[in-house]
Amino acid sequence: MSELIRLEPYRPQADLGTPAARVAGDAVRVEIDGRGIEVPAGTSVLRAAALAGVDIPKLCATDALEAFGSCRVCLVEIEGRKGYPASCTTSVEEGMVVRTRSAPLDRLRRNVVELYVSDHPLDCDSCPSDGDCELQDVAAGLGVTASRYGMDGANHQGVASDESNPYFSFDPSMCIVCYRCVRACEEVQGTYALTVSGRGFDSEVSASQDQPFMDSECVSCGACVDACPTTALNEKTVIEQGVPDSFQLTTCAYCGVGCAFRAELRDGEVVRMTPWKDGKANEGHACVKGRFAWGYATHTDRITRPMIRDAIDEPWREVGWEEAIAFTARRIREIQAEHGPNSVGGITSSRCTNEETYLVQKLVRAAFGNNNVDTCARVCHSPTGYGLKTTLGESAGTQAFSSVDKADVIMVIGANPTDAHPVFASRLKQRLREGARLIVVDPRRIELVDGPHVRAQHHLPLLPGSNVAFANAMAHVVIAEGLEDAEFIRARCEEPAYGQWREFILREENSPEATAAVTGVPAGTLRAAARLYAEAPNAAIYYGLGVSEHSQGSTMVMAIANLAMATGNLGREGVGVNPLRGQNNVQGSCDMGSFPHELPGYRHISDPAVRDLFEQAWGVSLQPDPGLRIPNMFHGAISGHFKALYCQGEDLAQSDPNTQHVEHALRSLECLIVQDLFLNETARFAHVFLPGSSFLEKNGTFTNAERRISPVRKVLEPLAGCEDWQVTQLLSNALGYPMDYEHPAEIMAEIARLTPTFTGVTYEKLDRLGSIQWPCNEAAPEGTPTMHVDEFVRGKGYFAITGFVPTDERTTRRYPLLLTTGRILSQYNVGAQTRRTANSEWVDQDLLEMHPHDAEQRGVADGDWVGVESRAGDTVLRAVVTERVQPGVVYTTFHFPLTGANVVTTENSDWATNCPEYKVTAVQVTRVTQPSEWQRHYGAFTEQQEELLERARATGRRDP
Amino acid sequence: MTGGELESLVRMANQIAANFSFHADPAERIADHFTRFWAPSMRKMLIAHEAAGGEGLQPEVREALGKLPPT
Repeated sequence: MSELIRLEPYRPQADLGTPAARVAGDAVRVEIDGRGIEVPAGTSVLRAAALAGVDIPKLCATDALEAFGSCRVCLVEIEGRKGYPASCTTSVEEGMVVRTRSAPLDRLRRNVVELYVSDHPLDCDSCPSDGDCELQDVAAGLGVTASRYGMDGANHQGVASDESNPYFSFDPSMCIVCYRCVRACEEVQGTYALTVSGRGFDSEVSASQDQPFMDSECVSCGACVDACPTTALNEKTVIEQGVPDSFQLTTCAYCGVGCAFRAELRDGEVVRMTPWKDGKANEGHACVKGRFAWGYATHTDRITRPMIRDAIDEPWREVGWEEAIAFTARRIREIQAEHGPNSVGGITSSRCTNEETYLVQKLVRAAFGNNNVDTCARVCHSPTGYGLKTTLGESAGTQAFSSVDKADVIMVIGANPTDAHPVFASRLKQRLREGARLIVVDPRRIELVDGPHVRAQHHLPLLPGSNVAFANAMAHVVIAEGLEDAEFIRARCEEPAYGQWREFILREENSPEATAAVTGVPAGTLRAAARLYAEAPNAAIYYGLGVSEHSQGSTMVMAIANLAMATGNLGREGVGVNPLRGQNNVQGSCDMGSFPHELPGYRHISDPAVRDLFEQAWGVSLQPDPGLRIPNMFHGAISGHFKALYCQGEDLAQSDPNTQHVEHALRSLECLIVQDLFLNETARFAHVFLPGSSFLEKNGTFTNAERRISPVRKVLEPLAGCEDWQVTQLLSNALGYPMDYEHPAEIMAEIARLTPTFTGVTYEKLDRLGSIQWPCNEAAPEGTPTMHVDEFVRGKGYFAITGFVPTDERTTRRYPLLLTTGRILSQYNVGAQTRRTANSEWVDQDLLEMHPHDAEQRGVADGDWVGVESRAGDTVLRAVVTERVQPGVVYTTFHFPLTGANVVTTENSDWATNCPEYKVTAVQVTRVTQPSEWQRHYGAFTEQQEELLERARATGRRDP
Repeated sequence: MTGGELESLVRMANQIAANFSFHADPAERIADHFTRFWAPSMRKMLIAHEAAGGEGLQPEVREALGKLPPT
């Protein structure tokens, strides 16, 4: 029933040899092999030739890296010059006449290649990269089939391959020491894990201090593998399955950077995911998750048949789609008949496509007949929506990622980009190495504070919970010291709000001297940071969940917007307010009307004109009031008036705070419908399981943190037979509300018809442009990289009063430490995907970081089991003793269900949006020897649910 | 069985009030927030609680509830 898979025949990505000129000068006219071409001054001869369609052989050059000039293969002759300059390191000049082919050039090149292959046998037939190797192509092009120098001399053949990395191997015997991997690690990734040790013949690529890759500083981003022109660094999947025969462009399903990839296949199976060089979010870079951790899509844990049961202690029954959908529809209608139309609801997912989330909210509003729809963005970035809409007028980040290339000062608040948004972090680090200065505001000493070749000018280690006091103090310094952009404020911002805010922010309570006691940041440090930010020509703010996941999350987002407006840092490149979104489609799921109070395009459900538009289009009448948010649904379930929930692609039981409360709510539901790839923690409480499809198995679009809508394209058939949007459609039809989309393109067409910021978006345009940043409409037919250029979306910018209201969650004698939470590079969110890949070889459990001082007081040594207890619950995990955290603060992640980090987190939430306060929990930590009571219960319940699943599968096998 | 739910609504309402306390017109802002973001069932429950004495509610919340349109 789903659309045919469309693939392109495999071809390597185009490579122009060197990057575009950094500062493009005036046009220069040159002649290469008789072909005239005009290129910007600063362009290399190699690149100009490639642009003119003249292919100069090369080995150490690639347009992903600066020219290096070591291989001596790209030599050319230039009229009026002596010798044979390397075309990669020679810039074009007006009137230059270049010859790329001649007998002497051929001889020189052949000799160089013969030297290379004297230590790299041309056994191409038996090589895993046969047909996809630059050395092979160059040798063939020059007619080199053997080396005059033979293989008898000293060589590197027989050196053992490094197989330590689970995803790629390094075979030094195939290495030609072109430095491309070393340069990629430095220039692209910015980790500096690789080097060439030794000199001359002894030169060898080595990771860190000549260690196996896995033990080195390597972060497994794959940039070196992409850069390698031979098979020396190669994906293990290519070695096992062979080089690809086809590919399709698609978008990563992990974080909010939304990298563009080529899914490369052989015989209909994915061989590798390669970052697409023309993808604007990532420009050819990737991280260990998107590049390598896609094996979960074919993991044996995938559930591929629908299942139903009447009660959660009963075994699952595998059934066909028709029976599962009919059962679901019947249960929903029965519950609505008994408990009223508002007793059911749905949750959309930031891991699903725009089209899928749009359809789920449409199903809830049109077929369920209420507004009880929410999304997992509730628990991450809902304060961003509220805060940016209130101050600037649009619930989205203001810039394109590439804007950071023009920032002079970058302030990172409550975000850890090298772990959570690694590809953006690499771009950020490039800019820092060019001289931009950095302010890090974070309770922990994150990698950016003091990393390889990057260093923060100021690290402000706030105490968790004091964000707003910090931001107010920053703004206080700006105004009190006269550092504001008065002209910008006068022209672009609203009065009397600004005057009122100005009076508020100048109050003594907001001075850095007054806030120091709350934030823990000395006034002098804060003043210096404020001056640095305010005085920069271009200052940009990037923030993460360390801003939003607080009881004052919305206030903090508004305080950040105030700071940017006060200093005139909005409306052009290099500046702005940029939320780094956790999951790939957080922005999109919010855009698509997933919040209970908003229709697609952030338009309030109470607006009669907007409602009328949707009522006409959908042929139903809509309720005019907001529906329930996720936490309200939980309370409603426990109280007994909320009875059924359709949950697509979110694992509430693991990701939401106060696990025991969530479990109580889920157990209280009469019908829980879970649509997911795996029997996740939530599904253990479900009555219906509808198998989902991975991003490789469906068509649609994701929208990343820079508002970039990027296509997701199907390369595999859905394992369960349906793409997720089709499942929602089946359910809607069974409920009596007809949907008959043939393709997600039709859903996008409906979104575009109904949403002013999307009117210009079509699949045809996405194919043509690659991606589009909304707003995309008549005013901006190709999209909008920078928002609020001449005026704010709301007209004048609004300075919101951002009074600091401390959280109720405070340390006490019983709970003397503050627990804060975050993510690591190799695992993603609840871990459902990454835990089912070799990424667990890096980290296979959540750990509790604590300062040596706190550890010593409690007799805790590195690696000990420790109990973490809050007023919500307790759990047990292993301690890591580290100065990365400050005394009084402990830190963990929430990637593994058995850790139960959320057993400890509380129900405290943001005052405006109910986004949970994951970042502040008062806890006690003690050394223990056994798991917590919750963990023992959880273990037993998991065992029971797995047995019930196994019984269903056994029945399914007997009775297919 | 609505104890936990009501308790949570009271807490949310007071938290909203605390965050609007820096403004000259907190009750209007609280009422507007309830209208824009709270489901009618939640408002109803809080209004009923207010009618029953409004234990635990901040004065600004009680004033705001009086400004809500009937649901």
